Amino acid sequence: MSQPDLIIHDEKDNVGVVVIETTKKGQDCSAWIMENDKTVKVPSTNDVPLGHKIALKDLKVGDTIFKYGHDIGKVVKEIKKGEHVHVHNVKTKKW
Amino acid sequence: MEIPKSFLGYKRENGRAGTRNHVIILPVDDISNACAEAVANNIKGTIALPHSYGRLQFGADLELHFRTMIGTGKNPNVAAVIVIGIEPKWTKKIVDAIAETGKPVEGFHIERSGDIETIMKASKKAQEFSMWASEKQREECPLSDLWISVKCGESDTTSGLAANPTVGNLMDKLEPLGVHLCFGETSELTGAEKVCATRGATKEASDKFMKTWSAYNDFILKEATDDLSESQPTAGNIAGGLTTIEEKAFGNFQKIGTRKFVDVLEPAEEPKKGKGLYFMDTSSAAAECVTLQAAAGFNIHLFPTGQGNIIGNPIEPVIKLTANPLTVKTMKEHIDCDVSKLLSRQMNMSQAGDELIKSMLRVANGRLTCAEALGHREFVMTKLYRSA
Repeated sequence: MSQPDLIIHDEKDNVGVVVIETTKKGQDCSAWIMENDKTVKVPSTNDVPLGHKIALKDLKVGDTIFKYGHDIGKVVKEIKKGEHVHVHNVKTKKW
Repeated sequence: MEIPKSFLGYKRENGRAGTRNHVIILPVDDISNACAEAVANNIKGTIALPHSYGRLQFGADLELHFRTMIGTGKNPNVAAVIVIGIEPKWTKKIVDAIAETGKPVEGFHIERSGDIETIMKASKKAQEFSMWASEKQREECPLSDLWISVKCGESDTTSGLAANPTVGNLMDKLEPLGVHLCFGETSELTGAEKVCATRGATKEASDKFMKTWSAYNDFILKEATDDLSESQPTAGNIAGGLTTIEEKAFGNFQKIGTRKFVDVLEPAEEPKKGKGLYFMDTSSAAAECVTLQAAAGFNIHLFPTGQGNIIGNPIEPVIKLTANPLTVKTMKEHIDCDVSKLLSRQMNMSQAGDELIKSMLRVANGRLTCAEALGHREFVMTKLYRSA
């Protein structure tokens, strides 16, 4: 088992979590999907620190972010595959 | 791993067992703190539990105050109690309820004698209690005497990926052995509330959970002046990569593994339906939540953290675990159990759960937690509304 750069909880998820100190701009990251034990490749467009999320596909305003296979919020600014996903482009649907 | 069937605890008069043997000096109200602290300073082997409330409270808020005070005194981690209040009536009410456990307890009130005389009388009794408790020995107790509460804090995405599921793995392994378990943090299940409700062991438990969550959510929406983006998630959560309350909630929820909860408890309410997992209606603030769980009788606490919450509790040992390698490196003195190898896949979830069971049993048997060694004694009352 090699060390993954990203971990994805569920096959349905459209974001993965960085589990190394930081990804580097342009890095081709290996992402381990916990649910099915597959490994996929995901580009990192930015330097993204440990614990932060990277988009696994292009996302439009109004799209739902899935993590743990569940709805965790909505896209408020367009996100390209490989970009950093956080409070600047995603908001809660709750409060 | 073969799970040990017992630990070394302090057997109490009412049949419960403690992981600690504290003699506490419990002030009924804010103005009795000085007196309680003076007694604890005089008499070695005692600790004072100062707090900020206890005057002019009423209704459900006053009931919660009494439940927290009484429950703290009754907790099996406490060998004996000195209660000090300004007035005799509320002091006696707390003393009488703690006395039902059979443990030594004595109350003192300050009115008509003043601090100095009260400190003298209470110190004499505290010395007696401290020397009596010091002779208590640890004895072999069944694992089912452990009442394990859980709460996470300063969470980040590593909490939901690894540290919280490690707690879930421990719950899955220990629940069949007859332990009591408790999770809380009502507001931090927002976004995952419907999924959480499906974990009620009965329809009654599920319905009670949804009713409790809705009431808390209504209260938050009523008081909120913005989208709570400064409070939930916290700045620490956001720095650690958590973006929304929903994401935090699904991470939080990993702590109960695949278990179902048998009942929903009021804050600080003692579980009455036997072994198994309980949900308690609590604030998501760490010290408030752990104080309520300790007051409900829980005797050991598991606290997964991401960015590094440092909380402790005066009577219930708080065991910290983290999967964040930066937290392990920069805040080593706060971490009892390091599960960061989960992220690099050098450890699997079952191995991490076993590591946590081992860490927990060492603490149950007497090893100080990081928070205890560092002197963390956060005792924080939950207040429901303004006093009269």
